[in-house]
Amino acid sequence: MMTRAIKGTIDAENIVCSRDGGVTPRHLRWSVCILAIVLSLMPCSLWAAAPDLETLVREIAQQLRCPVCQGLSVSDSPSELAHEMRAVVREQLQQGKTRQEILDYFVQRYGEWILLAPPKRGFNLVIWLLPFALLPVGALAVYAGTRRWVRNRQAATPPSAALDPRYAERLQRELDSYT
Amino acid sequence: MSVKKFFILVSATPVLALLAYGLSRDLGSFPSPLIGREAPSFALSLFDGGTFSLDEHRGKVVVINVWASWCIPACYNEAPALEAAWQRYRERDVVFVGVNYQDREAAAREFLARFRHTFPNGPDLGSRVSIAYGVRGVPETFFIDRDGRLAHRHVGEISFDVLMQQIERLLNGAGGLS
Repeated sequence: MMTRAIKGTIDAENIVCSRDGGVTPRHLRWSVCILAIVLSLMPCSLWAAAPDLETLVREIAQQLRCPVCQGLSVSDSPSELAHEMRAVVREQLQQGKTRQEILDYFVQRYGEWILLAPPKRGFNLVIWLLPFALLPVGALAVYAGTRRWVRNRQAATPPSAALDPRYAERLQRELDSYT
Repeated sequence: MSVKKFFILVSATPVLALLAYGLSRDLGSFPSPLIGREAPSFALSLFDGGTFSLDEHRGKVVVINVWASWCIPACYNEAPALEAAWQRYRERDVVFVGVNYQDREAAAREFLARFRHTFPNGPDLGSRVSIAYGVRGVPETFFIDRDGRLAHRHVGEISFDVLMQQIERLLNGAGGLS
């Protein structure tokens, strides 16, 4: 009934538009189709903009260390405690808590140890800055190694001394005998 | 010492030092960040049908023991000491509560019957109490002072002497937290 009513409206508009000139029923059909496609895509774009609950749970759980595992995140661990911790994360998200508030909740109970990536402050800065500090040392080592290798290579190359005239003469004779 | 050896030494020393530091740390010895702060409140449905609510015991010293029947031998070794300490202090404003961690109900009941535990005990459904207290394994025992603050956390098997020492300290109103 509703479809029929809409179709009737479109038909009526088609007639008016056609009489005004420029817009034909075919144009209008295309416009309606494009609009329908755009509208059908809208929920997908909204979905992409706001990640769903389980995605958020996984993202937060990936930042937390499983307390009863060796080097596994709460997201990756199959242990029962990790499962329960994911449930706590889910509950707190449903209560409207932010990602930081949830991470703080676990830090308050387990300490910063619970975070897989240590915060960039205090002694933890060593972990973050050490690779950058060692970079020039490594570069210097590579430079020194390369330099030494080139020097040794040069030293190993025999000097291009002039050939003794007696050997040159003999060599020439040998070569001539093959031609 | 050649330049090469010097660079190897300079590069390897901090890495090895960090590795040694990380491996030598005992995870159980990490202090709880909750020490000195208000103990997280909780309510526990007990095996005997009642309910235990921490909030109802403010003003008393509370001992929370987190245990499991599969925790062998530590939980079995400490079980008699817990009951003995409870019997000794139950009339002196001290409350004991057992929090059964990730266990099967039948096995937990069997454990309680075997050691004739008479203090309140209940299953930690969803591990909510354990997570709230930052439990990393069993057994762990927490001591809450009369003001409701977490005063001490003991990781691993606990002895009667340690139970007595901690309870006496809190009953005497010692302010020191550990």
